[in-house]
Amino acid sequence: MKLVEYIKEIKGQVLTKVPHLEEVEVENGYASDLLSDVMGSAGENMAWITIMRHLNVVAVASLAGIPIVVFSKGIIPDEVVISKANEEGIHMISSSLDTFELAGILYKQIHS
Amino acid sequence: MAEYWYFKDGFEAKAREFLANAPEPDLNLEFTVGKRDFVNAGKASAEIKLSLKRIGVEGAILRTVAISSYEAEINCTAHADGADILCNIYSNLVHVIFHDFGPGMKDIEQSMVPGFSTADDMVREMGFGAGLGLPNIKKNSDVMHIISGEGERTYLEILTYF
Repeated sequence: MKLVEYIKEIKGQVLTKVPHLEEVEVENGYASDLLSDVMGSAGENMAWITIMRHLNVVAVASLAGIPIVVFSKGIIPDEVVISKANEEGIHMISSSLDTFELAGILYKQIHS
Repeated sequence: MAEYWYFKDGFEAKAREFLANAPEPDLNLEFTVGKRDFVNAGKASAEIKLSLKRIGVEGAILRTVAISSYEAEINCTAHADGADILCNIYSNLVHVIFHDFGPGMKDIEQSMVPGFSTADDMVREMGFGAGLGLPNIKKNSDVMHIISGEGERTYLEILTYF
């Protein structure tokens, strides 16, 4: 599924300026705020839904190869975090929906 | 001082031989991570991942090494007073050593149990402290070796074969 279809559905705000956003595919997702849990379970072609906004989120996504981070509840991380995500080529999206709703919509879209 | 060894099936003999011989690496990287330095923790792991990528190590292995190194780096900054990190790269494996500045582990076996954590509130607020660090390192390594004791510096080494 195309990431842009998901962004449209969740009324997401794209925080990063990573090129080729229109071509990004999402095959799976993971919702967790525990970074070690995310590293052990999430990976390539996944969208990671979280409320964590610290710089470590970029490190975890980058090291574990997670290409997309979706912040729930309208959370927007500091500019330094967004800028690091741009450097690492990680897409960051913010939505006012909560984690449960974001995961539900993603699941439905991927599996429909 | 207590000691803990983990060998993935089939790796013990060659790993013990490698560690006994301690050959000269093709590439050697050194880092230091500071206590509670959550901003810089992760830089060593990123550098190690990049160095392995440059010599053509495949993606799945890059991810494995990145995860085990990052978990160890976070442990060094969250639980210890920082650490010296040494990474030796060979044609067929990477050997990463984390020698922290103490205060050591009371019970290594207990720390290996998923969910066991000694993390404080600050570490938990950072999204760590779920008690999954050491189990994740074990899951993402071919060989894991810990030497530690209360009041001592902890020595952790990780071997990953390509």
